[in-house]
Amino acid sequence: MLNDHLVVRYGELSLKGKNRRHFESQLFITVKRKLRQYDKLKIAKLFDRIVVELNGEPHEPIIKALQDIFGIHSISLALRAENDIEEIQKAALRALKEAMVEKGTFKVTGKRSLKSFPVNSMQLNQEVGGYLLKHTDGLTVDVHHPDVNVKVEVKDTGTYISCQTYEGAGGLPIGVGGKAMLMLSGGIDSPVAGYLTMKRGVRIEGVHFHSPPFTSERAKQKVVDLTQELTRYSGGKIKLHIVPFTTIQQTIKDKIPASYSMTIMRRVMLRITEKLAENNHAMAIANGENLGQVASQTMHSMYAINEVTNMPILRPVITMDKQEIMNISHKIGTYDISIRPYEDCCTIFLPSAPKTKPKRDKAIWFEKNIENLEELVEEAVQNVETIILEEGKTTEESFEDLF
Amino acid sequence: MIYFDNSATTKPYKEVLDTFITVSQKYFANPSSLHSKGGEAENLLTAARKSIAGLLDVDPSEIVFTSGGTEGNNIAIKGIAFQHQNRGKHVITTAVEHPSSYESFQYLETQGFDITYLPVDEAGLVSIEDLKKAIRPETILVSMLHVNNETGTIQPIKEIGEVVKEHKKIFFHVDNVQGIAKVPLPLKEWGIDLCTISAHKVHGLKGTGLLYVKNGVTLSALFTGGEQEHRKRAGTENVAGIASMAKALRLTMDAMRTKKEKLLEVKQTFFEGLKKIEGVTLNTPEKHSAPHIINFSVEGIKPEVLIHSLDKRDIYVSTRSACSSKQGGASRVLLEMGHGEKRASTAIRISTSYDNTVDEAKTTLNVLEEEISNIKKVMR
Repeated sequence: MLNDHLVVRYGELSLKGKNRRHFESQLFITVKRKLRQYDKLKIAKLFDRIVVELNGEPHEPIIKALQDIFGIHSISLALRAENDIEEIQKAALRALKEAMVEKGTFKVTGKRSLKSFPVNSMQLNQEVGGYLLKHTDGLTVDVHHPDVNVKVEVKDTGTYISCQTYEGAGGLPIGVGGKAMLMLSGGIDSPVAGYLTMKRGVRIEGVHFHSPPFTSERAKQKVVDLTQELTRYSGGKIKLHIVPFTTIQQTIKDKIPASYSMTIMRRVMLRITEKLAENNHAMAIANGENLGQVASQTMHSMYAINEVTNMPILRPVITMDKQEIMNISHKIGTYDISIRPYEDCCTIFLPSAPKTKPKRDKAIWFEKNIENLEELVEEAVQNVETIILEEGKTTEESFEDLF
Repeated sequence: MIYFDNSATTKPYKEVLDTFITVSQKYFANPSSLHSKGGEAENLLTAARKSIAGLLDVDPSEIVFTSGGTEGNNIAIKGIAFQHQNRGKHVITTAVEHPSSYESFQYLETQGFDITYLPVDEAGLVSIEDLKKAIRPETILVSMLHVNNETGTIQPIKEIGEVVKEHKKIFFHVDNVQGIAKVPLPLKEWGIDLCTISAHKVHGLKGTGLLYVKNGVTLSALFTGGEQEHRKRAGTENVAGIASMAKALRLTMDAMRTKKEKLLEVKQTFFEGLKKIEGVTLNTPEKHSAPHIINFSVEGIKPEVLIHSLDKRDIYVSTRSACSSKQGGASRVLLEMGHGEKRASTAIRISTSYDNTVDEAKTTLNVLEEEISNIKKVMR
């Protein structure tokens, strides 16, 4: 009897000494959660890998789902055959056909861990390789650079055959690296920053500044949808905090010279995000800042803005070119949402000529014009609307019956 | 009533109509309007697009909503031809296409395009060798039916896709109006660039359909005037129709999983029964044919006469395709299959849905036998 399964290998985990057990169990929880809709699966944690027995479930969507999980180095599809040379040959042929189209090269790497099996490793290569050649057209053997390596491993529990290895997302399992507040504007960069932050095992919570009626419901929905997309990588849920920002933006427009309004706005956003971080037990702030793209993102600007907090600020895309960021954005599925044309709080009050080289002391000086700044910050924090987004569940539950 | 004309159109499911009514009443706003009602309609549209994309295993951005099969075929064929004509003006199709494609090709011919109509064999199948021979450096499009609307013949789309894939610059369009939710067609795996689908063949509403356009494929729009549907099809979206299509597709695809055997059983019943009736010749091939279309010719009897006499007994079937049934004369498709004038002008098509039963098939066979012998007596 054949029993197909997936072998899930860890990434950097093996390097992490004492923490290893913690890391592995975090990853195991994430894998189980991700695959819970497939009820026939049997998922087991072995010494250095996770084995997912398919029991008839289709492997393609499951591999796709696993590729979203950080901490996984690779996934291989493997077939199990009884320890019988004919069974092994048949299974190897099936595995090879799944892995290849028609033309190409392959080799067989046999390994006999079960020494009582009558066919040794060398003979395995010949017997299986010969069978494969005989039963396929257009395939040849290349032992040095094959397109497909058919691994055949004879163990006491059966023979395992695998030839397709899929790349995992790499990184560290979500949940092993603390938590950061991700500032989400709705643009292309911030979701990518969130993705990369999670890649280091860090959980995130989103923070978005909403200024109705100057920013629309659709701009908010865009951020909700972006966060929803990021739940694929978050191990389940992500909290999104929507900060009411209208009063503050109006006050800034009122009291701050136009050329510094953007700098001050960013300083206030950072203050609010820091407060939210404290309230939600996060130890860092993450954002999509990138050196030298726009006015707020020159080094001068960062120097003038960053001053308001002591909290570490993670800027995963700081050195990237726009194209690099866009490539990731496409890959993780946020690009199409990010380019929806709704104005966010950063662009709506944008002065015609923001300072690209604001001075820190001037920013501090101007900021004093807003006497009740602390109150305003506190009020915004108090009135935050928090939405919890969960993987696989859309916010538009009410539509489900319609389809 | 026994309804066996499901390839012409199907009866909409009640659930589909419910969705249409609910959405028409609750989400009537224009999705492009900026206010929150517009936002709700837009959200609904996005959710429907996602749901349909999930059913077809494609990306939501690859779906262009249309008014149905005819429009989908027109956009795909003319849109690709006009957009890429600078690269070449040669297009390959088959001799047995649906009129909506066939006439698009004839129109292209008047615009200076060169069209190759691949011949078919007795079963209605094109040959891979013919296709390979037809491809030239200036070929820009290969377009064909998946399931033939008259005979149910299934073209070897997988193999054709493999041939087309070897030529990076040729687009591959498949008209899957008859095949959807009846015969599997993995769009991504088989290298399909464009695919036409219509909702009213799967218990949805007339006036709703979609065209799959693979990401990266550019085409010239037939309708301009707005940014809807990724600029490929302007016009205010038919939100209620689209939502109801999502429902129709899901229900029919569910039925495909659970009732496939039943459909085959009905077809088998017809095949066996028809072979026993004198003067009847099957036109649908035994192999390579869809589970829901049974085409046959009755020697010496005008199909219209037979249809009207079945009509009186509350049984509804058709002569070849509804889109050309009013013209009379021989079936172009059957002639191309080499069946001769007599057989091609006496064809009847029975087309089933997942709701038809073996009993209905048996009743129909009995009535057919009776009516055929009655008509023959009169005509003698």
